[in-house]
Amino acid sequence: MDNPVLSFRNVRQVFSQGERTLCALDNLNFNIAPGQVTGLIGPDGAGKTTLMRLACGLLRPESGEIRVLDLDVIAEPQAVQSAVGYMPQRFGLYEDLSVQENLDLYAELQGLPQEKRSTRYSELMHMTGLAAFTTRLAGQLSGGMKQKLGLACALLRAPRLLLLDEPTVGVDPVSRRELWAIVYRQVQEQGMSVLLSTAYLDEAERCNEVLLLHQGRLSGQGPPSEFSASVQGRIFQVSAAGISHRRLQARLSQVSNVLDAMVEGKTVRLIMKQAGQPTVKEWLPGFDDVRIKPVAPRFEDAFVARLKNRHDSVTAMDGLNLRMDSHDEKEVVIRVHKLVRRFGEFIAVNNVSFDVRRGEIFGLLGANGAGKTTTFRMLCGLLPASAGELSVAGLDLHVARAEARRHIGYMAQKFSLYGDLSVMQNLHFFASAYGLRHRHRDEQVKWAIDTFDLADYREANARDLPSGFKQRLSFAAALMHEPEILFLDEPTSGVDPLARREFWARTNALAEAGVTVLVTTHFMEEANYCDRLLIMAEGAVLAEGTPDEMKMRARTADNADPTMEDAFIQLIEQCEQSGEDKGIKA
Amino acid sequence: MFLRQWGTHRKKSFGKNSMKFFHILSLARKEFLALMRDKRSRIIIIVPPILQLFIFGFAATYDLNDVPVAIFNEDNGGASRELLARIDGSPHFSILYQINSDDEVAPLIDERKVLLVIRPGQRFSADLQRGDPAPLQLIIDGRNSNTAMIALNYLRSVVLDFNREWQYEHGQTGPPVKLEIRTWYNKNLQSQWFIVPGIVGSLMLVVTLLVTALSVAREREQGTFDQLLVTPLRPVEILIGKAIPGIVIGLLEATLIIVLMVWFFDIPLRGSIPALYLGILLFLIATVGVGLMISSICVTQQQAILGAFLFIVPAVILSGFTTPIANMPEMVQWLTYLDPLRYFLVIVRGVTLEGDGFVLLFHQFWPMALIGVVTLILAGWLFRHRMY
Repeated sequence: MDNPVLSFRNVRQVFSQGERTLCALDNLNFNIAPGQVTGLIGPDGAGKTTLMRLACGLLRPESGEIRVLDLDVIAEPQAVQSAVGYMPQRFGLYEDLSVQENLDLYAELQGLPQEKRSTRYSELMHMTGLAAFTTRLAGQLSGGMKQKLGLACALLRAPRLLLLDEPTVGVDPVSRRELWAIVYRQVQEQGMSVLLSTAYLDEAERCNEVLLLHQGRLSGQGPPSEFSASVQGRIFQVSAAGISHRRLQARLSQVSNVLDAMVEGKTVRLIMKQAGQPTVKEWLPGFDDVRIKPVAPRFEDAFVARLKNRHDSVTAMDGLNLRMDSHDEKEVVIRVHKLVRRFGEFIAVNNVSFDVRRGEIFGLLGANGAGKTTTFRMLCGLLPASAGELSVAGLDLHVARAEARRHIGYMAQKFSLYGDLSVMQNLHFFASAYGLRHRHRDEQVKWAIDTFDLADYREANARDLPSGFKQRLSFAAALMHEPEILFLDEPTSGVDPLARREFWARTNALAEAGVTVLVTTHFMEEANYCDRLLIMAEGAVLAEGTPDEMKMRARTADNADPTMEDAFIQLIEQCEQSGEDKGIKA
Repeated sequence: MFLRQWGTHRKKSFGKNSMKFFHILSLARKEFLALMRDKRSRIIIIVPPILQLFIFGFAATYDLNDVPVAIFNEDNGGASRELLARIDGSPHFSILYQINSDDEVAPLIDERKVLLVIRPGQRFSADLQRGDPAPLQLIIDGRNSNTAMIALNYLRSVVLDFNREWQYEHGQTGPPVKLEIRTWYNKNLQSQWFIVPGIVGSLMLVVTLLVTALSVAREREQGTFDQLLVTPLRPVEILIGKAIPGIVIGLLEATLIIVLMVWFFDIPLRGSIPALYLGILLFLIATVGVGLMISSICVTQQQAILGAFLFIVPAVILSGFTTPIANMPEMVQWLTYLDPLRYFLVIVRGVTLEGDGFVLLFHQFWPMALIGVVTLILAGWLFRHRMY
């Protein structure tokens, strides 16, 4: 085998701030082979960015040895930096310069000889599809185009090793696919080696090799198929007549040899502790029409199987056994009709209509800038609508009196509780804000602490909580007043897959009890957990329907089991082909 | 399996549709906790104001002491010696150089070694003895006109005293009118007495304005403001909940500064203390209103700090803290009516130096109350309408 392009030997990195210390990377050892795409996979806070920065000499490790392209990074950071291409998470594009000016600037900075520039420019602009936009200001490009321009700038000198830090975050699926195509062309045509980090587990399957990073430790390295093969024969899809898919999921997750049960459309996906056909009768007495079908494992299954072994305590359903007054499942709780929101000339939300019924989990999907957060804010009463009607529990929250807001619970996109207040102080404050007093307040705070397993962190400042616990605390704060409608804005971004599962298990239990849930997400795979979806693009409705309906439409001869992302991409392509700007309604 | 009835707490907690005191209380509690649990903001509230009080209290003064002086004495008589002895004895002057030629004058002044050169002429004593007017040449550095004027005035009064005594001792008659000066309120005309009460107002302005200007902007920046707006808390409640910490901190701060003012700077507190506190309270309400208004316009803390200083600097200059409002152009004088510090300075100086009470200060109280009410209403309106 050729010499590795990147190798880490016993690398350890600790960050400390005041009294807090954080071990970002703990005794890391690995080699990366040349001429391939290596994926660095892990949730937020796993240490991906730290690893990237160490690899290009922007940080010095606490201890250990790092070699890049046969250079010692610690001794010669300058030499390494001029040999590798690095694209940080937020690439430093100058928003007030045009695409061409940005290219010129980076060509200058990287010392690309004048005579080589014009051919390289046209190659890159052609490859990224930006050729038509060279005079446009970088600030006016879409998220996906910005990332492509960033990538083009990092590729100007055709480095032998390219380091990409989460290049696909917040990029719509179509642009994401294009970015991957560009990366693979570099590998094939130039023999470049690429290390690419991502928090999207489904992207792992696109890499030649995967480094799985979890809490600063390497928890696996190998081709993605090897990961998936480890859980071969343990993945099943279950559906049963006469029981709702959420109840089924709740039941199955209690079974002792089931490692994980997750809602997928109208079915439940199981990961078993051991391989072998599971027996149904024992689990679901009284149900005859139970269908179990083995399915091909995905990378995420392997990830969960690998890590959940150690987290046996995750039984999220405990303590969230809820019952609500009998409710009518046909009742429309949220109604949106021809909703429009303009910001000056720009139309952020264009003629959007949908209904959400009681006890439904309704997903708003779309890339960044599709208008889902704006729609969401209007529904919560945080933003007035420019035109159209909307009602939440029969009211427009923007003009309704304050008490009406008692019906809703809200969880914002990023952590938005008070960082300087302790967990208890936060819970007390939000309980009081929702009008809970004395005994009620104490009862509900205790319930939140017990249900969300926060007892160990009572006195900790909210800011210092691990990300999974921050999310639990936000969720708890939104639930103490027992709302009938729950608004969740990108609740799982940046949370590791296990915490995400736990979160969805709780949300399912709430929906089962009759709580209406409106959730936005840019994780296409998460759409599977919703009852119905609305996909938005450029402010308009692209499609509406159940996850199965969406996927059904994308089914073709060569793709019998399309993913949500395939469905999304197909919808966008259809929309572009038909040249309609109003979108297609299901 | 234990089943939990979802929604009962929501129903139980439904109450009357009125402003709830406990809402405001829990908000104010949260604000205090957020402020006090952060070590940096704890320090910012306490340390800089006290430091500034001492620095400005001792540094900002119109009084000149130990003005460096050079003497070019060409006279050998006793009269000039007596005059120079008086100058040397005054706390305002100290004689650093005795020079003997014209050439030495310019370098001393140019290099700022002395502010003035006093030159009694050759015939100074002789002229005086004969009863003729004796010229006394004075060369003064006019680069800082303010300082030059003050030094000149000190010297004038020394010379005036010298003249009067000379005439008395030599049986000559003095000028027909003699000034008998009694300075009221500040009998030694110490400028500290004028400036330190002004610092009280300026420091209160800076601290409360920053505390409140940052409060909403911080929440917007961190995303917690949305979380607050989706709760059943009403904007009025949020507004009052945010105003209370600013006012309480301002009151404590004011008390601390006033105690230090009386103890360390020996400034009298002659008037009605309740009147002073009413003034403080109204001034704080007005300042908090302005602060919250700035805060609800701004999206980031950086904007809020800029906004606060855009208000603080003109507010201090236009308040009459250092320069008299009467000297300002008429248009600018109108503008000063919008400045809460203007009224508060009259109150502080009135209570400390003049011994004023409620009645005399009435016309300072109501404009501040009006400013407070208007800015608070605007801030409350902006909470809900400035949201993107």
